Amino acid sequence: MKPELMKRMVKGPDGVEFEVEPLRDYFCEVPPTVMPAAYIKIVEDLFNWARAESIWILGFGTGCGAIEMRPLMTPRFDAYRYGVQWRPTPRQANLFIISGYLSTKTLKRAIRAYEQMQNPKYVIGLGSCTINGGMYWDSYNTIKRLDDYLPVDLYIAGCMPRPEALLAGFMDLKKIIRAGKGEGANQYAENFAWYKENQKRVIHDWDMPDYNW
Amino acid sequence: MDFDWMKIPYAFLTVFIVVNYGFLMTALIQKIGARVGRRYGIPIWQNYLDMIKNYGLRSSITHGAMFYLGPVFRLSGGVGLLLFVPSIYGSYMFSNLSFAGDLILALYFVFFGTLGMALGAAESGHPHAAIGITRGLSQVSMAELPFGLAVFSVALQYQTLSVTDIVAAQQGGMLTWTLFTNPLAVSAAMLSFLGSMMRPPFDVVIAPQEIPIGPPTEYHSSYLALMQTNRVIFPVAKIVIYMNLFFGGATSWPEFFLKVFLIYMWSAFVGVVFPRFRVEQSIRWFLVWAVPLGVLSIMVV
Repeated sequence: MKPELMKRMVKGPDGVEFEVEPLRDYFCEVPPTVMPAAYIKIVEDLFNWARAESIWILGFGTGCGAIEMRPLMTPRFDAYRYGVQWRPTPRQANLFIISGYLSTKTLKRAIRAYEQMQNPKYVIGLGSCTINGGMYWDSYNTIKRLDDYLPVDLYIAGCMPRPEALLAGFMDLKKIIRAGKGEGANQYAENFAWYKENQKRVIHDWDMPDYNW
Repeated sequence: MDFDWMKIPYAFLTVFIVVNYGFLMTALIQKIGARVGRRYGIPIWQNYLDMIKNYGLRSSITHGAMFYLGPVFRLSGGVGLLLFVPSIYGSYMFSNLSFAGDLILALYFVFFGTLGMALGAAESGHPHAAIGITRGLSQVSMAELPFGLAVFSVALQYQTLSVTDIVAAQQGGMLTWTLFTNPLAVSAAMLSFLGSMMRPPFDVVIAPQEIPIGPPTEYHSSYLALMQTNRVIFPVAKIVIYMNLFFGGATSWPEFFLKVFLIYMWSAFVGVVFPRFRVEQSIRWFLVWAVPLGVLSIMVV
């Protein structure tokens, strides 16, 4: 545990001393809950349709695959016409693309970003590295199977997949969401202990609460 | 005073029409902006989908009471602005509640949403939100200054603060519009208009590529949906004021739609041509180019 995260006494600018416990004060520690589809079928279908047609991606490139996402914003591929947009903050994003290899350092940030996103949320594993480690299969500091750490809805295989493959992946993800099967967030909440165990196995300097949103 | 209760459903009808028009028009403007960049652009109904999706998200978290109230204030700023000016001149149905408020109230409402947003976003505790608010408020205050001067100039010109009377004075051909009778005030106000539409070159506050998205950083789900709703009402409401003060108002819905679209296009047109200003640059720009025009217009009148 880093010293700045320890419980300590702090003297404020007005001279009053008070106790600070960063992990409790700066984070919310309530574990995630399963949030099943709450409305009648026709309303849920409407919502699923809207969710499928309005996919907001978290603008967080974790590996080399992030370079394949940039062309999607350009005139040649233009993902905006399919309702795909990039959002700079995890609060507003629905889709997290793990683009390529994920080092254990980045995994920590990826987990934090994922947990800040709102239910329902989706994860796409981009590139072979997210499936079995790819060309980093024997690396000491990258994870091998993304599915052990975050609930993945869809993989796009390749090293690297072309932007067209990403577009095709978005179309497949839309079908998954339309069918009401994009329940990764609930899966994460159900198997929370298992995911946390896996995450803590590779992240040795775990210096955050178990669930930080 | 004898209140006409029928005004209330009519006012709701105005809001309904403006919301739908705003959704479609903003998407159309985005499409036009995309075509300039040789992209196809978003589908015209994309804004509806985004809004339904955001209302349909299952979880949302709060940072306190003011966090809730931020988007509500913002929306009431937009709706209030819309309802206290006549949308359609001479129409009983769509003159809204304009009998109750004058120009000064409308000016207040222009600022109201921004202030509410500042309080709400500050409560989220996110440093990006705080920086975004500082930038946003300084820029909006600066952009308001020329507009305020122009409004005083117009009020002096017509010797009234009632929006309805100002529109009435401009009926009778294009040459009676303030645009031609007081061009200095209109140019000052149109420069100020660029600053308050949150489009380039003055969109550094909420630009996703800058401090991530500024004040709404922490807003999500239904909060964000509420703000999106306001994002389509507020520009239209603001343009309605401009239309009434400077461009002769509108006497029918088609005229309303056309004029609002053309006035919005002015900011879209400038936006696709010019790159983004930093905040201190835009403040200097308003001080150098817009404020003197406003002062001059008051002196001439």
